[in-house]
Amino acid sequence: MITLEHYLFLGAIIFTLGVLGIFLNKKNLIIILMSIELILLSVNINFIAFSAYINDISGQIFAMLTLTVAAAEAAIGLAILVVFFRNLGSIEVNKINQLKG
Amino acid sequence: MVLYSLTFYLFSSVAVLSALMVISAKNPVHSVLFLILSFVNASGLFVLLGAEFLAMILVVVYVGAVAVLFLFVVMMLDINFVKLREGFLQYLPFGALLGIVLVIELGILFLTDRSSNIYNNQTPLQPIVNEVENTKMIGRILYTEYFYLFQICGIILLVAMIGSITLTLRDKGGVKRQNIDSQNTVDASTAIEKKKVNIGEGI
Repeated sequence: MITLEHYLFLGAIIFTLGVLGIFLNKKNLIIILMSIELILLSVNINFIAFSAYINDISGQIFAMLTLTVAAAEAAIGLAILVVFFRNLGSIEVNKINQLKG
Repeated sequence: MVLYSLTFYLFSSVAVLSALMVISAKNPVHSVLFLILSFVNASGLFVLLGAEFLAMILVVVYVGAVAVLFLFVVMMLDINFVKLREGFLQYLPFGALLGIVLVIELGILFLTDRSSNIYNNQTPLQPIVNEVENTKMIGRILYTEYFYLFQICGIILLVAMIGSITLTLRDKGGVKRQNIDSQNTVDASTAIEKKKVNIGEGI
Protein backbone atom coordinates (compact mmCIF):
# COMPACT_ATOMS: atom_id res chain seq x y z
CA MET A 1 0.00 0.00 0.00
CA ILE A 2 1.25 3.44 -0.85
CA THR A 3 1.51 5.64 2.20
CA LEU A 4 2.41 9.29 2.67
CA GLU A 5 5.99 8.26 3.38
CA HIS A 6 6.36 6.86 -0.12
CA TYR A 7 5.53 10.21 -1.64
CA LEU A 8 7.77 12.04 0.83
CA PHE A 9 10.65 9.72 0.02
CA LEU A 10 10.10 10.27 -3.69
CA GLY A 11 10.22 14.02 -3.03
CA ALA A 12 13.41 13.52 -1.02
CA ILE A 13 15.07 11.60 -3.86
CA ILE A 14 14.15 14.19 -6.46
CA PHE A 15 15.28 16.99 -4.13
CA THR A 16 18.63 15.27 -3.65
CA LEU A 17 19.03 14.80 -7.38
CA GLY A 18 18.39 18.51 -7.84
CA VAL A 19 21.02 19.44 -5.26
CA LEU A 20 23.44 16.98 -6.85
CA GLY A 21 22.77 18.54 -10.25
CA ILE A 22 23.83 21.96 -8.96
CA PHE A 23 26.89 20.32 -7.45
CA LEU A 24 28.07 18.30 -10.42
CA ASN A 25 27.36 20.78 -13.19
CA LYS A 26 29.10 23.64 -11.49
CA LYS A 27 29.82 25.41 -14.74
CA ASN A 28 26.69 24.99 -16.79
CA LEU A 29 24.14 27.63 -15.81
CA ILE A 30 21.33 26.01 -17.82
CA ILE A 31 21.64 22.68 -15.99
CA ILE A 32 21.75 24.56 -12.68
CA LEU A 33 18.47 26.28 -13.54
CA MET A 34 16.95 22.91 -14.47
CA SER A 35 18.14 21.47 -11.16
CA ILE A 36 16.36 24.29 -9.36
CA GLU A 37 13.22 23.33 -11.29
CA LEU A 38 13.65 19.75 -10.05
CA ILE A 39 13.98 20.95 -6.46
CA LEU A 40 10.81 23.00 -6.79
CA LEU A 41 9.05 19.97 -8.30
CA SER A 42 9.97 17.91 -5.26
CA VAL A 43 8.57 20.65 -3.04
CA ASN A 44 5.36 20.49 -5.06
CA ILE A 45 5.17 16.71 -4.64
CA ASN A 46 5.47 17.12 -0.88
CA PHE A 47 2.81 19.84 -0.79
CA ILE A 48 0.31 17.84 -2.80
CA ALA A 49 1.00 14.56 -0.99
CA PHE A 50 0.36 16.24 2.36
CA SER A 51 -2.69 17.99 0.96
CA ALA A 52 -4.17 14.70 -0.25
CA TYR A 53 -3.40 12.64 2.82
CA ILE A 54 -4.56 15.19 5.40
CA ASN A 55 -7.53 16.10 3.22
CA ASP A 56 -6.82 19.82 3.29
CA ILE A 57 -6.99 21.61 -0.06
CA SER A 58 -4.73 24.48 1.11
CA GLY A 59 -1.64 22.49 0.20
CA GLN A 60 -2.66 22.59 -3.43
CA ILE A 61 -3.02 26.37 -3.28
CA PHE A 62 0.53 26.63 -1.97
CA ALA A 63 1.70 24.26 -4.68
CA MET A 64 0.21 26.69 -7.18
CA LEU A 65 2.16 29.51 -5.54
CA THR A 66 5.34 27.46 -5.86
CA LEU A 67 4.54 26.88 -9.51
CA THR A 68 4.15 30.63 -10.09
CA VAL A 69 7.43 31.41 -8.38
CA ALA A 70 9.17 28.65 -10.34
CA ALA A 71 7.88 30.02 -13.63
CA ALA A 72 8.94 33.57 -12.73
CA GLU A 73 12.33 32.34 -11.59
CA ALA A 74 12.88 30.39 -14.82
CA ALA A 75 11.95 33.41 -16.93
CA ILE A 76 14.25 35.82 -15.08
CA GLY A 77 17.06 33.27 -14.83
CA LEU A 78 16.99 32.60 -18.54
CA ALA A 79 16.84 36.33 -19.29
CA ILE A 80 19.93 36.89 -17.14
CA LEU A 81 21.59 33.94 -18.88
CA VAL A 82 20.88 35.38 -22.33
CA VAL A 83 22.25 38.81 -21.33
CA PHE A 84 25.30 37.18 -19.78
CA PHE A 85 25.95 35.12 -22.87
CA ARG A 86 25.58 38.21 -25.03
CA ASN A 87 28.14 40.10 -22.99
CA LEU A 88 30.75 37.41 -22.38
CA GLY A 89 30.07 34.77 -25.03
CA SER A 90 29.97 31.97 -22.49
CA ILE A 91 27.73 30.72 -19.68
CA GLU A 92 30.40 29.48 -17.31
CA VAL A 93 29.29 30.24 -13.80
CA ASN A 94 32.82 30.82 -12.49
CA LYS A 95 33.18 33.68 -14.96
CA ILE A 96 30.31 35.55 -13.36
CA ASN A 97 32.39 37.93 -11.28
CA GLN A 98 31.60 41.26 -12.85
CA LEU A 99 30.05 42.62 -9.67
CA LYS A 100 33.26 41.88 -7.72
CA GLY A 101 31.17 40.81 -4.78
CA MET B 1 -5.01 -1.11 -4.45
CA VAL B 2 -2.44 -3.21 -6.30
CA LEU B 3 -3.07 -1.21 -9.43
CA TYR B 4 -2.59 2.00 -7.44
CA SER B 5 0.75 0.76 -6.10
CA LEU B 6 1.91 -0.38 -9.53
CA THR B 7 1.00 2.98 -11.06
CA PHE B 8 2.77 4.81 -8.27
CA TYR B 9 5.95 2.79 -8.72
CA LEU B 10 5.83 3.16 -12.49
CA PHE B 11 5.42 6.93 -12.42
CA SER B 12 7.84 7.53 -9.58
CA SER B 13 10.60 5.32 -10.97
CA VAL B 14 10.40 6.98 -14.37
CA ALA B 15 10.36 10.40 -12.70
CA VAL B 16 13.45 9.59 -10.63
CA LEU B 17 15.34 8.04 -13.54
CA SER B 18 14.60 10.96 -15.81
CA ALA B 19 15.62 13.38 -13.04
CA LEU B 20 18.90 11.47 -12.88
CA MET B 21 19.29 11.84 -16.63
CA VAL B 22 18.61 15.58 -16.40
CA ILE B 23 21.72 16.11 -14.31
CA SER B 24 23.92 13.57 -16.10
CA ALA B 25 23.05 13.90 -19.79
CA LYS B 26 25.89 15.12 -21.98
CA ASN B 27 23.69 17.13 -24.29
CA PRO B 28 21.62 19.88 -22.62
CA VAL B 29 18.86 19.35 -25.20
CA HIS B 30 18.50 15.80 -23.87
CA SER B 31 18.51 17.25 -20.36
CA VAL B 32 15.55 19.46 -21.19
CA LEU B 33 13.67 16.57 -22.79
CA PHE B 34 14.27 14.41 -19.71
CA LEU B 35 13.07 17.32 -17.57
CA ILE B 36 9.84 17.27 -19.58
CA LEU B 37 9.51 13.49 -19.01
CA SER B 38 10.07 14.01 -15.30
CA PHE B 39 7.37 16.66 -15.13
CA VAL B 40 4.87 14.56 -17.07
CA ASN B 41 5.42 11.67 -14.66
CA ALA B 42 5.08 13.96 -11.68
CA SER B 43 1.76 15.16 -13.06
CA GLY B 44 0.70 11.52 -13.31
CA LEU B 45 1.49 11.20 -9.61
CA PHE B 46 -0.61 14.29 -8.93
CA VAL B 47 -3.54 12.63 -10.67
CA LEU B 48 -3.01 9.60 -8.41
CA LEU B 49 -3.20 11.91 -5.42
CA GLY B 50 -6.48 13.40 -6.63
CA ALA B 51 -5.06 16.79 -7.60
CA GLU B 52 -6.16 16.79 -11.22
CA PHE B 53 -6.18 20.55 -11.65
CA LEU B 54 -2.57 20.92 -10.57
CA ALA B 55 -1.57 17.97 -12.72
CA MET B 56 -2.99 19.69 -15.78
CA ILE B 57 -1.47 23.04 -14.74
CA LEU B 58 1.88 21.31 -14.37
CA VAL B 59 1.68 19.96 -17.90
CA VAL B 60 0.52 23.27 -19.36
CA VAL B 61 2.87 25.57 -17.44
CA TYR B 62 5.97 23.43 -17.18
CA VAL B 63 5.94 21.32 -20.31
CA GLY B 64 4.18 23.91 -22.42
CA ALA B 65 5.97 27.04 -21.27
CA VAL B 66 8.99 26.62 -19.02
CA ALA B 67 10.55 23.56 -20.65
CA VAL B 68 9.99 24.99 -24.12
CA LEU B 69 11.62 28.22 -22.94
CA PHE B 70 14.61 26.19 -21.77
CA LEU B 71 14.73 24.35 -25.08
CA PHE B 72 14.54 27.65 -26.91
CA VAL B 73 17.44 29.14 -24.97
CA VAL B 74 19.58 25.99 -25.27
CA MET B 75 19.12 25.90 -29.00
CA MET B 76 19.39 29.66 -29.53
CA LEU B 77 22.69 30.17 -27.77
CA ASP B 78 25.77 28.77 -29.43
CA ILE B 79 27.46 27.28 -26.40
CA ASN B 80 30.42 24.93 -26.23
CA PHE B 81 28.91 22.34 -23.91
CA VAL B 82 31.91 20.03 -23.91
CA LYS B 83 33.98 22.65 -22.14
CA LEU B 84 31.25 23.18 -19.59
CA ARG B 85 31.34 19.53 -18.57
CA GLU B 86 34.92 19.74 -17.34
CA GLY B 87 35.06 18.97 -13.65
CA PHE B 88 31.95 16.79 -13.71
CA LEU B 89 33.86 13.69 -12.62
CA GLN B 90 36.04 15.70 -10.29
CA TYR B 91 33.09 16.54 -8.07
CA LEU B 92 31.31 13.20 -8.54
CA PRO B 93 32.69 11.32 -5.49
CA PHE B 94 32.03 14.18 -3.11
CA GLY B 95 28.66 14.88 -4.69
CA ALA B 96 27.65 11.21 -4.49
CA LEU B 97 28.65 11.10 -0.83
CA LEU B 98 26.62 14.21 -0.11
CA GLY B 99 23.66 12.81 -2.02
CA ILE B 100 23.72 9.49 -0.18
CA VAL B 101 23.90 11.23 3.19
CA LEU B 102 21.04 13.54 2.23
CA VAL B 103 18.82 10.67 1.02
CA ILE B 104 19.51 8.62 4.16
CA GLU B 105 18.73 11.57 6.40
CA LEU B 106 15.53 12.34 4.55
CA GLY B 107 14.67 8.62 4.46
CA ILE B 108 14.68 8.37 8.23
CA LEU B 109 11.00 9.28 8.07
CA PHE B 110 10.31 5.63 7.22
CA LEU B 111 11.49 4.75 10.72
CA THR B 112 9.19 7.18 12.47
CA ASP B 113 6.65 5.79 14.87
CA ARG B 114 3.24 5.74 13.23
CA SER B 115 1.40 5.86 16.56
CA SER B 116 2.97 9.22 17.37
CA ASN B 117 1.37 10.76 14.31
CA ILE B 118 0.86 14.48 14.73
CA TYR B 119 -2.67 14.17 13.40
CA ASN B 120 -3.46 11.23 15.66
CA ASN B 121 -5.09 9.23 12.92
CA GLN B 122 -5.73 5.69 13.99
CA THR B 123 -6.13 4.44 10.47
CA PRO B 124 -3.25 4.72 8.00
CA LEU B 125 -3.51 7.84 5.91
CA GLN B 126 -5.11 7.44 2.52
CA PRO B 127 -5.52 9.88 -0.31
CA ILE B 128 -9.07 11.12 -0.09
CA VAL B 129 -11.16 11.65 -3.18
CA ASN B 130 -14.09 13.98 -2.60
CA GLU B 131 -17.38 14.16 -4.41
CA VAL B 132 -16.76 17.80 -5.28
CA GLU B 133 -14.24 17.89 -8.05
CA ASN B 134 -10.77 19.18 -7.39
CA THR B 135 -10.98 22.27 -9.60
CA LYS B 136 -14.16 23.44 -7.95
CA MET B 137 -12.67 23.01 -4.49
CA ILE B 138 -9.56 24.98 -5.44
CA GLY B 139 -11.69 27.71 -6.95
CA ARG B 140 -13.85 27.93 -3.86
CA ILE B 141 -10.91 28.48 -1.56
CA LEU B 142 -8.54 30.34 -3.90
CA TYR B 143 -10.86 33.27 -4.60
CA THR B 144 -12.03 33.64 -1.01
CA GLU B 145 -9.56 32.64 1.64
CA TYR B 146 -6.38 32.97 -0.42
CA PHE B 147 -7.46 35.92 -2.53
CA TYR B 148 -4.51 38.14 -1.56
CA LEU B 149 -2.12 35.29 -2.26
CA PHE B 150 -3.69 34.97 -5.69
CA GLN B 151 -3.21 38.68 -6.36
CA ILE B 152 0.39 38.54 -5.17
CA CYS B 153 0.96 35.67 -7.62
CA GLY B 154 -0.22 37.97 -10.38
CA ILE B 155 2.14 40.74 -9.23
CA ILE B 156 5.06 38.28 -9.10
CA LEU B 157 4.36 37.22 -12.67
CA LEU B 158 4.04 40.85 -13.79
CA VAL B 159 7.36 41.74 -12.16
CA ALA B 160 8.98 38.68 -13.75
CA MET B 161 7.63 39.64 -17.15
CA ILE B 162 8.76 43.28 -16.93
CA GLY B 163 12.10 42.21 -15.50
CA SER B 164 12.89 39.74 -18.24
CA ILE B 165 11.80 42.18 -20.94
CA THR B 166 13.94 45.01 -19.59
CA LEU B 167 16.89 42.67 -19.10
CA THR B 168 16.92 41.44 -22.66
CA LEU B 169 15.84 44.67 -24.35
CA ARG B 170 18.59 46.48 -26.16
CA ASP B 171 18.68 49.59 -28.28
CA LYS B 172 20.23 48.88 -31.61
CA GLY B 173 21.60 51.90 -33.42
CA GLY B 174 20.55 52.65 -36.96
CA VAL B 175 17.08 51.20 -36.78
CA LYS B 176 14.41 53.24 -38.56
CA ARG B 177 11.38 53.91 -36.43
CA GLN B 178 8.08 55.64 -36.81
CA ASN B 179 7.82 58.87 -34.82
CA ILE B 180 4.11 59.31 -34.30
CA ASP B 181 4.38 62.81 -32.77
CA SER B 182 6.29 64.29 -35.67
CA GLN B 183 3.94 62.55 -38.08
CA ASN B 184 0.92 64.08 -36.40
CA THR B 185 2.34 67.60 -36.24
CA VAL B 186 3.03 67.78 -39.95
CA ASP B 187 1.16 70.56 -41.70
CA ALA B 188 1.25 72.03 -45.17
CA SER B 189 3.99 74.55 -44.33
CA THR B 190 6.51 71.88 -43.37
CA ALA B 191 5.30 69.03 -45.55
CA ILE B 192 5.89 70.70 -48.89
CA GLU B 193 9.07 72.39 -49.91
CA LYS B 194 9.43 74.39 -53.08
CA LYS B 195 12.70 74.21 -54.90
CA LYS B 196 13.94 75.97 -57.94
CA VAL B 197 15.29 73.40 -60.36
CA ASN B 198 17.42 74.55 -63.20
CA ILE B 199 16.98 72.85 -66.51
CA GLY B 200 19.44 70.05 -67.09
CA GLU B 201 20.40 69.79 -63.42
CA GLY B 202 19.14 67.75 -60.52
CA ILE B 203 18.53 68.90 -56.99
